[in-house]
Amino acid sequence: MLRSYLYRLIPPILVLLFVVGIHYYITYGVLEPTRRFLLPPPHSIIYEGFFVPKHRDEIFRALLLTTKVSIIGLGIACLIGFFTALLMSQAKWLERSLYPWAVFTQTVPILALVPIIGFWFGFNITARIIVVVIISIFPIIINTLTGLLGASRDLHDLLTLHKASRWTRATKLMIPYALPDLFTGLRTSAGLAIIGSIVGDFFFGRGSPGLGMLLKVYGSRLRTEELLSATIVACLLGVFVFWSFSYIGRKMVGHWSEAWSS
Amino acid sequence: MTEPILTFANVSKSFKEICALEEINFSINQGEFLALIGPSGCGKSTVLRLASGLEKQTTGEIDLLTKKVGYVFQDANLMPWRTVRKNIGLLAELEKFDREKIKKKTDEVLKLVGLEEFANHYPIALSGGMKMRASLARSLVLDPELFLFDEPFGALDLITRGRLNVELMQLYTSKKFTSLFVTHSVEEALFLSSRVFVFSGRPGKIKGEFKVPFDYPRDPKIRYSSVFAKLSGKVGKILEDYS
Repeated sequence: MLRSYLYRLIPPILVLLFVVGIHYYITYGVLEPTRRFLLPPPHSIIYEGFFVPKHRDEIFRALLLTTKVSIIGLGIACLIGFFTALLMSQAKWLERSLYPWAVFTQTVPILALVPIIGFWFGFNITARIIVVVIISIFPIIINTLTGLLGASRDLHDLLTLHKASRWTRATKLMIPYALPDLFTGLRTSAGLAIIGSIVGDFFFGRGSPGLGMLLKVYGSRLRTEELLSATIVACLLGVFVFWSFSYIGRKMVGHWSEAWSS
Repeated sequence: MTEPILTFANVSKSFKEICALEEINFSINQGEFLALIGPSGCGKSTVLRLASGLEKQTTGEIDLLTKKVGYVFQDANLMPWRTVRKNIGLLAELEKFDREKIKKKTDEVLKLVGLEEFANHYPIALSGGMKMRASLARSLVLDPELFLFDEPFGALDLITRGRLNVELMQLYTSKKFTSLFVTHSVEEALFLSSRVFVFSGRPGKIKGEFKVPFDYPRDPKIRYSSVFAKLSGKVGKILEDYS
């Protein structure tokens, strides 16, 4: 048990050490002292970001806000995405009518939409949640739809032979069959939700600051230490969310789904 | 003489332009075990889909006297999110049996197919043979009067297949459900059935009919007897001529 944990942990830690080594080398070996602000050494990034109380509180508050926006947005995307997929799975013409618009949410340049969303919904949390929903909904729709349509023809025939209603077919066959795919979609979307939340924040630039706004402020003021610590926090949030959804997926369907079992 | 439970009269079936079945005529009596054998793509499965009402024939008449039809597919088609017990109860649920009755029937067939110990396992934990038993059990719950088997053991290894043949034969001997059994395997067809129809390649036509002169329950050893060998030679010859 312990051994297997070590085996899993050691390689990424080695990579980390390697990267930190390169980092130090660039800071002290490549950059002249006057240009060192371009890449401050790791220890001062950690110190400035996490040990100076003012910065730490600032980053922590921003992290909370960003997390909140991401989770609410992801929740809404999950609901809308699931029901959209369910609707699409019910008839070929519905699928054909909605599919291009689902792709649209993925391809629309969100930057162009941000000002419009701002005009309509203000620059507070609602607008940011909308950005998150737009950015994260596509994988949920597509994965769920694939799952809903994936059950074998034989099982559908079996239900047909026993005169199953549309409702029975959906609840007893299509939805359970789609669960593993829904979780795959959620896991992908979770990372996108955080990006969406940061991007929304970055471009709205008003209201209470989330990580996006902090990145912007730090960037424009050349506060590289804080900029990089906020970036690290954003990455860790992404990793945390990805792992959480992997965990939830395994707990929910790992006991029967080959894709999610161990 | 009772009326046949299922009759095909001059039945043909085309998909778009392609003719899958041509002028099929046969009937099955109550309690009879009929095997359909033929090369792949000859429309044997279509016979089952027509009999069950999943497809409509292009021309001809199909007369089915019972509503209690069980359908067993080549793949076990269990629902992976349901335990074996819940899978076996599926059709009873669809037919709106009450909870008590579902439990009673499920217990009964679990025992019949020897899966009691695995009742609470998920299909992911079962071997191919066990999945097939569960699939069979799922249909047995409804006590079908007519069983349609679509190459149910085709995906299994030979040893498991042989064993399941014996189990199915024993089940048939005790329950006497009418069976229409589609297979590629001459041995399987002859061991299980009392009559064999041989189909030609597309379009599927019946090219030969054989009576199998063994009483039920059958001893697995009959498969090595000379009568069995002769019969399987005859069936094999027709199969070869028309595929």
